[in-house]
Amino acid sequence: MREIHVSAISDAVKKLCMEANWDLGPDMLRAFDQALKTERSPAGKQVLEMLKENAQIARTQKIPYCQDTGFVVCFAELGQDVHITGGLLTDAINTGVSQGYTEGYLRASIVKSPFDRKNTGDNTPAVIHLDAVPGGNVKLMVMAKGGGCENRSKYKMLTPADGPEGVKNFILEVIKTAGPDACPPLIAGVGVGGTFEKAAILSKKALFREIGSPNPDPALDAIEKEVLDKANRLGIGPQGYGGDTTAFAVHILTYPCHITSLPVAVTIECHAHRHKEVTL
Amino acid sequence: MIKLAADGIKEVTTPLSDADVESLKSGDRVRLFGVLYTARDAAHGRLIALLDEGKPLPIDVKGQIIYYTGPSPARPGMVIGSVGPTTGGRMDKYAPRLLALGLKGMIGKGARSEPVREAMKRHKAVYFGAVGGAGAYLSRYVKKVEIVAYEDLGTEAIRRMAVEGFPAIVVNDCHGNDLYQEGMKAYAR
Ligand code: SF4
Repeated sequence: MREIHVSAISDAVKKLCMEANWDLGPDMLRAFDQALKTERSPAGKQVLEMLKENAQIARTQKIPYCQDTGFVVCFAELGQDVHITGGLLTDAINTGVSQGYTEGYLRASIVKSPFDRKNTGDNTPAVIHLDAVPGGNVKLMVMAKGGGCENRSKYKMLTPADGPEGVKNFILEVIKTAGPDACPPLIAGVGVGGTFEKAAILSKKALFREIGSPNPDPALDAIEKEVLDKANRLGIGPQGYGGDTTAFAVHILTYPCHITSLPVAVTIECHAHRHKEVTL
Repeated sequence: MIKLAADGIKEVTTPLSDADVESLKSGDRVRLFGVLYTARDAAHGRLIALLDEGKPLPIDVKGQIIYYTGPSPARPGMVIGSVGPTTGGRMDKYAPRLLALGLKGMIGKGARSEPVREAMKRHKAVYFGAVGGAGAYLSRYVKKVEIVAYEDLGTEAIRRMAVEGFPAIVVNDCHGNDLYQEGMKAYAR
């Protein structure tokens, strides 16, 4: 049994929260450069150039890429041979969020209750998804999920008869209705299968895959590429000012499902695609 | 006041007159100078509640621009943190009331509702788009910040920001044009 103290978890989460907000991943920077080669719209090009510079300023000055520093979504994979000591794993994650957001000058965007809407002051709590896995490590995957794009995420229970065509049409419809509100260029995380909640969780997890990497399943990869191509023909463009770069990626994860069901969840993510992970 | 700079970008200084607003066209790139007031969901809720009670507002919106944003905290020695726009559509419920009071400009991102666009035509006002998510970049154009109301709302407090050259684009002008619709039509294929 390997022992890991809660302070190691908190320290790791604190660092991940700060770095996610300051340091946009290299895959996103490559996506900006790639889009600049194909974007026809002058306004769209200006937006992409500004976003590149924005990423540079954020990284060097350690100020957040976007002022909406997001809701922290944390996927934690706990090795079954690990014993967490000194407290609870979820408390440790939230302590890390609190420290990261306070010490990193990140915005507190979470209200305690959806109805009284009082800010918790330190961006806690996180939304935590815990998985038990074999081995003696703890993997922490942290995303700072923006609210504007999250508000455009959607869910639909399709029927098995709707099939892959129905899934493709739904993803495209969600990207289209998200439009300028969700800060395009967008990324669509898609969960297909499972139950209502399983599909939604998969749609978040799908976002952690590297932008530009192929889906390991060739059939899903073909669907992703087809939907991405169609999305970029919608004309929405960077910021919705018109253009060819409406989306950077479509990422699909699937799960077995019931004979009656074809659940599809689409999480809409913006270009402020901030996530980091570490294995302890 | 509006003047055309050598690079073809319109330099807009607050406060704005009806004639200023009329000269702005959807798709125009602008640099903003002067004062922007920040307000988003919670502050708008309070402003409208005051209007409902017939009480005065903590800011005079006549001729002014409201920027829909909730900045991140400033690091010591810096004027402000990251300060990009939030989704304008969430203020649709409130905006026509402020436009009727003489508000001339709004800055946000994302589409506005039909009633807001109608109110912009009726009262002569303009909706600017700032680049959503470019908060670190945009912070460079903010020279001074003070909280003028609702400090208890934290990031959602109303702030008076002095800006110099803040970059934006006209999304909805007072003539009924909409950059989002026109842009999409031009590039759909
Ligand atoms: S949608 Fe994304 S980029 Fe736009 S304001 Fe929200 S977090 Fe920032």
